[in-house]
Amino acid sequence: MRRLRAAKDKTARYIMLGIAIFTILFLLAIGLSLFFKALPIIREKNLWVLLTSADWKPFKGKFGFLPFILSTFYVSLIAIIIALPFSILTSIYLNSYASKSVKRLFEPVVDLLSGIPPIIYGVWGTLTIVPLIANKIATKFVEYSTGYTVLAGGVVLAVMIIPLLISIMVEVFRSIPKEMTDASLSMGATKWQTVKRVILRKSVSGIIAATVLALSRAFGETMAVLMVCGNITQIPHSIFDACYPLPALIANNYGEMLSMPNYESALMFSAFLLFIIVVLFNGLSRFTLNQIERRYQF
Amino acid sequence: MISTNQHLTSSTTNSFIGMNEAITLKKLITNQSIKIENLDVYIEDQHILKDINLTIPEKSITCIIGPSGCGKSTFLKTLNRMHDESPEVKISGKVFVDDENIYGPHVNVIDTRKKMGLLAQRPCPLPMSIFENVAYGPRIHGIKRRKAVNQTVIQYLQYVGLWDEVRDRVRTSATRLSIGQQQRLCLARGLAIEPEYILGDEATSALDPLSTKKIEELFVKLKEKYTIILVTHTLRQAKRIADHIIFMYMGKIIEAGPTEEFFNNPKKQLTKDYLSGSFS
Repeated sequence: MRRLRAAKDKTARYIMLGIAIFTILFLLAIGLSLFFKALPIIREKNLWVLLTSADWKPFKGKFGFLPFILSTFYVSLIAIIIALPFSILTSIYLNSYASKSVKRLFEPVVDLLSGIPPIIYGVWGTLTIVPLIANKIATKFVEYSTGYTVLAGGVVLAVMIIPLLISIMVEVFRSIPKEMTDASLSMGATKWQTVKRVILRKSVSGIIAATVLALSRAFGETMAVLMVCGNITQIPHSIFDACYPLPALIANNYGEMLSMPNYESALMFSAFLLFIIVVLFNGLSRFTLNQIERRYQF
Repeated sequence: MISTNQHLTSSTTNSFIGMNEAITLKKLITNQSIKIENLDVYIEDQHILKDINLTIPEKSITCIIGPSGCGKSTFLKTLNRMHDESPEVKISGKVFVDDENIYGPHVNVIDTRKKMGLLAQRPCPLPMSIFENVAYGPRIHGIKRRKAVNQTVIQYLQYVGLWDEVRDRVRTSATRLSIGQQQRLCLARGLAIEPEYILGDEATSALDPLSTKKIEELFVKLKEKYTIILVTHTLRQAKRIADHIIFMYMGKIIEAGPTEEFFNNPKKQLTKDYLSGSFS
């Protein structure tokens, strides 16, 4: 009996280990298959040229990915610049100021927001953000803009990642021991002083981790951004120019014109690029977080 | 009227006399003590403190003893208005600190808390360096000059006997100190806001005997300048350092008096039972 129990225990352990390894293998499998599909174009063209050229003429066999790479970064950057202050302040309000009833109202709404399908954000962006930018905002800065711009993509993306950021940050702030905020308050600090000097300071690494997660999501977000960013292959020179991020490139073109030489491989290369960007970005931020925690071990 | 006094002293501070002199001046002017009248505290529907009437003598150590759940900590929190942070707590009655009812209509919570240095049960360093922990109080209350802050930090770290132990690492994280050192750091941090009262909520219960002894010695040293109110769960500690004892049971004050009288000649049966250890 006892031996049977021990055997069961061991089996359970190894089965779970197997499943865990399998999950990790997915990452490797996806990366490798994208890489092999992209290999023909990497072999034929110079990798450096692929990454730094802005010349995108698939008919003539010219594949320069720079406009797509830059578009991806610009849109995500604008999204995070808009979303961060919004979500930090909202989560601080929910954590330190809001009454219980406000919290009970807010938190399900935030969860609901993160569950809304991207296409709905896309439609909403097309109907409201795009005309707003075309008619009201862009006219103050440039002569003409269609509204389908980097800014529109950034705003819609910001609205999409804000609920994600808020729900993580609320958890981050909640994990700060009450004794710590009490210590600050009991010395006569105001709530705002406590937030600035204790809560935010204690949460730096959590906020960075949340930002990384939101950015990874932003890099890959396809549908909503595609609908509002204009999809013109160019290096955007202002936030009122149209742009064409990597996911939109793949989604718009995959399955079409695949008879063109190297075209499929080029699309796979852009998928591989996106994959690498997200992986590198996550690795880099993990490294930074470790450095921060080692240096400031608070 | 007290507030005008304070106003007067603080304005003179800035112009011609130093901080410490101003504080002694303030202490001369005001009648420094705590008086509590008809204090009732409810947490949701529970009646936690029942009709407390009390005077706490100045410049001495008053220990509040009693079994757990008797309302000791709740009582302590009414003194620095930390219950304000919990909306489910309702308070009625009057608490006079320096002749001013801190639950009165025009009282600034921050001023009240600044008068009360709190030492919590477990030391809780803020997420910053040792130096910044002690500098925190002066800084939030508007002292910006680096020299003044430095001086305050060193002065109070020396006072609690921590300076020699940490002088070469004051810029490192406070969480790396031992728990006993952390508690002395928290005491220094509390003193740096220049309070008039020190509140201790079982401040030594997480500490080893040696650290406990150090903290107790500090309390005895501190009572020359401050009025100290301690909640404690050990009778022996109360016997060792208290000048006055308050015995609470089920939210009421059962007996209060000078330490010697309280331990040698308790008047109530409940006190006798508690002291003999028939319940705890």
